[in-house]
Amino acid sequence: MSSGEKIAWGLMLLVTALHFDLWNWDTTEVVFGFMPVGLAWQAGISLAAAAVWALLMKVGWPTGVEDWAAQPSELEQDKGEAR
Amino acid sequence: MTLALLNVAAETASRTPLLVVGFYLMLLIGLGVISSRLFRGTASDFFVAERSIGPFLLLMSVFGTTMTAFALVGSTGKAYELGNGVYGLMASASGIVHSAVFFLVGIKLWAIGKRHGFTTQIQYFRARFQSNALGYVLFPILIALVVPYLLIGLLGAGAVMRGVTVGMFPDTFPGVLNEATGRVMFAGAIPTWITGLVVCSVVLFYIFAGGLRSAAWANAFQTIVFMITGVIAFVLISSKLGGLTAATQAVIDNTPEHMTRARIGKLQYLTYMLVPLSVGMFPHLFQHWLTAKKASTFKLTTIAHPLFIGIVWVPCILIGIWAAGAGITPPGNNPNALLPKLVQTLLQDPYMTGLLTAGILAAIMSSLDSQFVCLGTMFTHDIVLHAAGKDRFSDRAQIMLGRGFIVAVVGLTYLLTFFPPPKIFDLAVWCFSGFASLFPLVFASIYWRRTTRAGAMASILTMVVTGGVLFYDGLVKPTLSGEVREGDYLVGGMMPVAIIFAASAAALVIVSLMTQPPPDDHIDQFMVKI
Repeated sequence: MSSGEKIAWGLMLLVTALHFDLWNWDTTEVVFGFMPVGLAWQAGISLAAAAVWALLMKVGWPTGVEDWAAQPSELEQDKGEAR
Repeated sequence: MTLALLNVAAETASRTPLLVVGFYLMLLIGLGVISSRLFRGTASDFFVAERSIGPFLLLMSVFGTTMTAFALVGSTGKAYELGNGVYGLMASASGIVHSAVFFLVGIKLWAIGKRHGFTTQIQYFRARFQSNALGYVLFPILIALVVPYLLIGLLGAGAVMRGVTVGMFPDTFPGVLNEATGRVMFAGAIPTWITGLVVCSVVLFYIFAGGLRSAAWANAFQTIVFMITGVIAFVLISSKLGGLTAATQAVIDNTPEHMTRARIGKLQYLTYMLVPLSVGMFPHLFQHWLTAKKASTFKLTTIAHPLFIGIVWVPCILIGIWAAGAGITPPGNNPNALLPKLVQTLLQDPYMTGLLTAGILAAIMSSLDSQFVCLGTMFTHDIVLHAAGKDRFSDRAQIMLGRGFIVAVVGLTYLLTFFPPPKIFDLAVWCFSGFASLFPLVFASIYWRRTTRAGAMASILTMVVTGGVLFYDGLVKPTLSGEVREGDYLVGGMMPVAIIFAASAAALVIVSLMTQPPPDDHIDQFMVKI
């Protein structure tokens, strides 16, 4: 695993941890004049998750997966009928 | 102003919304006709679209499939009940977990499926664990978990249409007497059995015309429709409630707990994150993954999925809490009837009502179609072809078999809509919990060489037993005794999925370690080297 990939996975763990925002549990504050702060935080989590997944696609993409899939099957049983 | 609008709306019963919905259904039928012209008539094209689906279609079909009736109707109702924390509980968690499953599991299963020519989940598990019995055990379990999922879609569609068409046909449909209040509800509304019949017929038409390719096209179209209409509904409803700031201020003034997560337990919130793991074991999603042209097709789906969830769910959550703040009550105190009521009574524009109703139906049908195709595929491949041998059936015969089983299961599900279980969306969470508790099986089968046939079987059976016990205690028993429970069924403050998942994972690990490992040369065929 490259250092870039490690950082990206670390960021994903951070986003997951920040999803558990206990500090927003009982607050009734709003942001942008209408959005409950807890909802705004969680919407931000969705945005952050997308950004980190984009980073992971760049630095952690499994480059050999298509070559592996293209190799012939050596299974003896239960091959699919609709290959 | 809001309450005044609600009272006036009951008297207006324009049939224009129905015409808009009818036009939308005709568009879907037209899409089926077009895709049938591209259909090559082969089993491979019918069941996995010749593995030719690109990034955009995969994103839209996977998103459309995972977003059920719950995404629009249920999320609004749940936010009305529990407050804005529903987004963190169900949506943002799904954005993280779904994409993780697509990346860590979906891509590998695509590679394994492409290399070995698998079409269904059960083919994969049978081959991975060298066990026919495993397939025969898994088949009825997956069917049993999918059928309630179908039922949710049909009942959801019926509820929406019933809510929106109130007063349209007073002479034909007199309505339902509410014995508790003595009032007639849904007078003149189209009953659920008609909506179910129409929805099933339209979906069956376009999937029979072009198989999974047709479902993918229809999903893409319907996903665009329900995302756009969801945003339009948000803008219009917020405007009718006095604007964004005023609508939220009413919540702060009248029901401030909807601004918080006071109605959600912390352990419940934590353990709910296991529920979205269900996507890793949805048989219909497995089949969609196999339609991908290349592994890189998954990139867009993985990145955009959390964003799309936000686009659909944030407006629905806000609408739900705003309705609570405005003192609007859903018909029959059923939170799932809230959105149709808001659409019908607040907007008062028949064209817009029709468009938004079509959007809700789009969300529902974009899940039903993939599930229908999947059921036919599983029966054809995992039962008939597996037992009788694939050479005994031509491609045409395979397609006919698949269609026949789809009609049988859809017919059975349709009959079940006449006996709707109470708290239908609670049933959805149980279904998802069952799929999620099978996730250790699929994950270990890809990443842990030591996973054995006995371990897999133990994991499945443990899920059935622990899930069955908790399901009986949490839903069946209270339903039979007429007990009304406030809030979700929790075990020690946790979602039941936490118990079932842990038991299933423990059984898999312990029994695998106690039994002989599978041969290395066999496992090498399933460990994707990248």
